[in-house]
Amino acid sequence: MKAKNQRLILIVAAVVAMLGAVLLAMSGLKDQAAYFYAPSDVLRSPPALDRDVRLGGMVRTGSVKKLADGVTIRFVVEDERHAIPVEFKGIVPDLFREGSGVVAEGKFVTPGQFVASNILAKHDERYMPPQMAGDKHKTGRVS
Amino acid sequence: MLAEFGLAALWLAAALAALQMYAGLFGWRQPDGPVAALVRPVAVMQAVLVSGAFLTLIALFMRTDLSVRLVVMNSHAAKPWLYKFAGTWGNHEGSMLLWVTVLAVAGAMVALLEKRLEPKTLVATLGAQALIGLGFYAFLLIASNPFARQLPAASEGQGLNPLLQDPGLAFHPPTLYFGYVGISIAFAFAVGALITRDVGPAFARAMRPWVLISWVFLTVGIVAGSYWAYYELGWGGWWFWDPVENASLMPWLAATALLHSVTVLATRDGLRAWTVMLAVVAFSMSMVGTFLVRSGILTSVHSFAVDPQRGSFLLMLLAIYIGGALALFGLRIGTVREGNQFDPLSREAGLVINNLLLSVLLAIVFIGTLYPLAAEVMTGDKLSIGPPYFNSVSAAPALILVVLMGVGPLVRWRRDEPGAVARRVLVPALALLLAAVIAVVIWGGKIGILPLLGLIVAGGTAVASLAPLAKRSLRRTPLFTWGMVIAHLGVAVSLAGMAADSAFMQERLIAMKIGDVAEIGDFHVRFHDVRPVAGPNWTAVEAELQVTRGSSHIVRVMVPESRQFWSPMTETSEAAIATLWDGQLYTVIGKADGAGGWQMRLWWKPFVTLIWLGGLMIALGGLLALIGRLWREGGAEVWKNWRAGRGRVAASGAAR
Repeated sequence: MKAKNQRLILIVAAVVAMLGAVLLAMSGLKDQAAYFYAPSDVLRSPPALDRDVRLGGMVRTGSVKKLADGVTIRFVVEDERHAIPVEFKGIVPDLFREGSGVVAEGKFVTPGQFVASNILAKHDERYMPPQMAGDKHKTGRVS
Repeated sequence: MLAEFGLAALWLAAALAALQMYAGLFGWRQPDGPVAALVRPVAVMQAVLVSGAFLTLIALFMRTDLSVRLVVMNSHAAKPWLYKFAGTWGNHEGSMLLWVTVLAVAGAMVALLEKRLEPKTLVATLGAQALIGLGFYAFLLIASNPFARQLPAASEGQGLNPLLQDPGLAFHPPTLYFGYVGISIAFAFAVGALITRDVGPAFARAMRPWVLISWVFLTVGIVAGSYWAYYELGWGGWWFWDPVENASLMPWLAATALLHSVTVLATRDGLRAWTVMLAVVAFSMSMVGTFLVRSGILTSVHSFAVDPQRGSFLLMLLAIYIGGALALFGLRIGTVREGNQFDPLSREAGLVINNLLLSVLLAIVFIGTLYPLAAEVMTGDKLSIGPPYFNSVSAAPALILVVLMGVGPLVRWRRDEPGAVARRVLVPALALLLAAVIAVVIWGGKIGILPLLGLIVAGGTAVASLAPLAKRSLRRTPLFTWGMVIAHLGVAVSLAGMAADSAFMQERLIAMKIGDVAEIGDFHVRFHDVRPVAGPNWTAVEAELQVTRGSSHIVRVMVPESRQFWSPMTETSEAAIATLWDGQLYTVIGKADGAGGWQMRLWWKPFVTLIWLGGLMIALGGLLALIGRLWREGGAEVWKNWRAGRGRVAASGAAR
């Protein structure tokens, strides 16, 4: 193999590999990206039923109920305009509280019922997901 | 007074870094000239000063000096001393100071120890290293001064995030930083070599120890971080594809590629431009990692506070460094002559494929990590990319990579015969086949396709990774070959652990009353008692679980806790983990259910420990390779001279 050829082959191989990676990643993203919704976003444009989404808002005060099996809970996630009932089976994170911020990962099983597979709560009182912090700013300006 | 001393030392160190940069980048043409002569002593002085600043900050934390803002924000007099100490870098400013300190100390080590590199390249390298450091000094002094005062002094500190109050914290972030910094030293070597047009084996041999050592640190950091998340977060998982985890994985992938290509350059003088490019990529990834973690741009446990000024400052640094490096690469690479040739069937070609697959994995992780940010900036959509994306997209390239990892070391340098390679690969190939038959017969259809493939590939590569030792005298096998074998075996071991955990893991979530027995795997878990306990800065509820296995007596008493910290007010779960020879039983206590019961979460995770054991083997392999290389390239000579010197002294003593 000539010197020039080898460098060329290496460059071509690298470019092909990178293109392959990008295509692979893009197809994965199309199927797997989970969009973030606030309750009022769901009101405006509800997500498809089988799709993984994140639902973020405040836990309505007085809404947390334990079911008889002791490990399933129901609560309501709300923002200023809309509220969505959520069901979750599991141990809620340490800082999950009524009246406090929450992000639930999961799916809508029916248009009005969200089943969470995972609950993220803020990890200390200074921490808040930037997505939610952004929403606060927006609504703050509106009101 | 102490804080002002620290700040002054930091300013002086920054000034010296500027001087070092000037002397290095403008003095390299005359490496014996008066300007270039400044570089080494200045590099050492700079390291001494910035170390002084860092020690000062440690002292301020140990004394809980509440007139220093950073201490007030992140510490508390009631904290155990270990967390006061580790809390020094458990925050943004302190961790950035640690970053520059390690960078400067590494630069001083290059200045003092590097003897084989051409003097002009060394001078240029130290100049480039100072330029990298300078950006971080500016960042510290302008946007994140760790020594800022708070007057009047506070009466008590605000404490440290309890999740971070763990021995893992004392260990995990600095380890990763050592890795990042080692890569930036390797990058400085690449820039130095590009500036002086000296890209060749000598440069590769000078750079290799730094690549190896940073790779070892990154490996250990990732393994430690993974185990920390596993036992501390109480979710039973060992890898969450959290952006901050990815921030450490991306430089690791790039450094792994660089590690393999630098060997080609050092031993065969091939892949010159390729290796320099990988050094640029690896450095860019460690910068991106630092940016992701430090700018607070991502939703994560690890982001401390959202501060746009810091974010944009870091982004600017990132753009300047990466852009500058790429521009220099583009300008100079045409003048780098092509290295030695190799055949399509050769060790070199195998390492090229290794590099390509690692780059593909890197791109997949990179896109998945940054796509949510890009999407939000461009379209305003808020989305998150989680494990389903990463697992499904990266599985295929990763499995192919591991299979080829078994074959690569069995191929000769420069050129090889297909028949000869086939003979050498025969035994590992049979092992792979055997593993496939066994796995399909026993587990086919019962477990997922990916775990099944993982188990098969792990079995085959475990044998293949030992094959380079076949027909060799084990005593005369060089240490760096042992390093490679152990690291590759570690990959197979780790893969086996991942596959076994995802295939056979069992999970139960139940509400238990005292006296109840839950079954998981072949274990019986009896809820014996629940009681309150108190620690130095927390109170907790702990459960006592008596675990028996099969028909045997009590195997373990497990005590999971749910802790309540009061400064800041936070709760954490302390999982109780029983490590047995064939896996771990993992128990978490949740909340009281209000009807006399407690939520319990139980996992039986067969062979999960192999994941971290394999990771440690990978790091050990890197360490052995490093020692072996240093020994071969100079260490042995130094030792011989020293022995000879001692011999002379002994002889002269005897003569008298």
